[in-house]
Amino acid sequence: MIRDITIGQYYQTKSVIHELDPRVKLMGTMVFIISLFFGKSIWMYLAVTVFLAAVIKLSRVPLKFIVKGLKAVLILIIFSAAFNLFLTDGEVVVRLWKLKITKEGIYQAVFMVIRLMYLIMGSSLMTLTTTPNNLTDALEKSLGFLKVIKVPVHEIAMIMSIALRFIPILIEETDKIMKAQMARGADFENGNLIKRAKAMVPVLVPLFISAFRRANELAMAMEARCYHGSEGRTKMKPLKYNRRDRIAYAVLAVYLCGIAALNIYMGGRII
Amino acid sequence: MGIVRTENLTFEYIRRDEEGNVEGITTAVDNVNLDLQAGQFIAILGHNGSGKSTLAKHFNALVSPTEGTVWVDGMDTRDDAKTLDIRQTAGMVFQNPDNQIICTLVEEEVGFGPENIGVPTDEIWLRVEESLKAVGMYQFRKASPNKLSGGQKQRVAIAGIVAMKPKCIILDEPTAMLDPSGRKEVISVLHELNKRENVTIILITHYMEEVIDADRVFVMDDGKIVLSGTPREIFSQAEYLKRLRLDVPQVTELAYELKQAGIPLPDGILTKEELTAALTAFKG
Repeated sequence: MIRDITIGQYYQTKSVIHELDPRVKLMGTMVFIISLFFGKSIWMYLAVTVFLAAVIKLSRVPLKFIVKGLKAVLILIIFSAAFNLFLTDGEVVVRLWKLKITKEGIYQAVFMVIRLMYLIMGSSLMTLTTTPNNLTDALEKSLGFLKVIKVPVHEIAMIMSIALRFIPILIEETDKIMKAQMARGADFENGNLIKRAKAMVPVLVPLFISAFRRANELAMAMEARCYHGSEGRTKMKPLKYNRRDRIAYAVLAVYLCGIAALNIYMGGRII
Repeated sequence: MGIVRTENLTFEYIRRDEEGNVEGITTAVDNVNLDLQAGQFIAILGHNGSGKSTLAKHFNALVSPTEGTVWVDGMDTRDDAKTLDIRQTAGMVFQNPDNQIICTLVEEEVGFGPENIGVPTDEIWLRVEESLKAVGMYQFRKASPNKLSGGQKQRVAIAGIVAMKPKCIILDEPTAMLDPSGRKEVISVLHELNKRENVTIILITHYMEEVIDADRVFVMDDGKIVLSGTPREIFSQAEYLKRLRLDVPQVTELAYELKQAGIPLPDGILTKEELTAALTAFKG
């Protein structure tokens, strides 16, 4: 299941979206997520879907890849759908013993599922098209104002980019440790939840030990290469806006205004 | 005075128990005096626990001596104000390729060092290109380091150091985790750098095959330098090396055994060609 997590992975290809300034993509993802929670009319969701589909098409990342990221949060989606379905008051459609499904509940559940799915898809699209380094550069630069109140922005960004770089390595390591334990008779697949959780302990202990050892070595390697924080550091790839990015910002603004206008026009109506 | 010089260098690890009381002291480096000449290919040999890695860390100011002094290009490693200059002069490559790669793209990885020392952007790109070409990894500049083989990763790590334009590169068992072909790749890149760019190479290793072409070899045991000289001088003492739990190259070993069996061969034969020549001479 760990392999299903696509958040934080990078899909290498050449596309307009890949070449956008990471700050645009960061802003775009934020705008997109906000727009998801704006209203509840079908037309709005249609507009959001068209926008998301267009961006996915432009990014040239296979849809299969983006959808794969949903598997990891499937349970969460099912739970929130169920809660919304059964616990919303309103016009009763079906009554099952003590549970009742209302018309409002159905709408709520469907919208919640769509929202959560799009939320995951939108944010994985950002990480799939942006290298982690670019992403943290963008975070560092757009959150730079926090430095005034002594937030170690550069350090946090560096920690994030290293964490992302080590995800595949630690996954591989977990795999190796599990196989080594399985070879000696460990059982990860049978038994109830508690039993299986207990079986994970002998995996987690060596994993943590090796992670600390890696961290120690990495810190030394960074020091040996003169890393000493952001002071006096230059950038190999400084962030610069160009024409493409300005167009993207304009598109975003139009999108946001469009969604807002649509919601005002629709009022609280669903259809 | 050489590029790296040590005087009475001693380093002790203090082992403590859970309450922080001193349990014992391990002397990892014991009164070492070295004077390494610039432009040479230097190898430091020793089995596990002989103190060679600790010694290497002194050259990069990663550890400070307990006693004695280390100078890198005339700078005392204990001087905190000089630490960055020292690390720029003497770059260091470590054993595990995975644990020393910081970035997710090869070119960004190579650019990491120059970024830290404040090289302007255009110059970083030039240096990245040059150093990737120097190690023969230029075609992989857009790849993710995770997808490379061990030997390739280690070449990227070397490029990352080369991009900082050091006078000297210290490599702490860079081939220990590689397969034979990766090992060959890395060693030939090092010789290339040494010859073409005139970079001093300090190679810490326990593989004998890697030191045959070195200019100067030091052998460490129990924290002390016990032998020093050219590879030929070192390998002519096959018996002593074996006592230090070090192997000699296969060809040298064969020559040594033949000699023990009564065939008169010269000491310190290093290559197949030499052995063939010596045997032919004996037959004729």
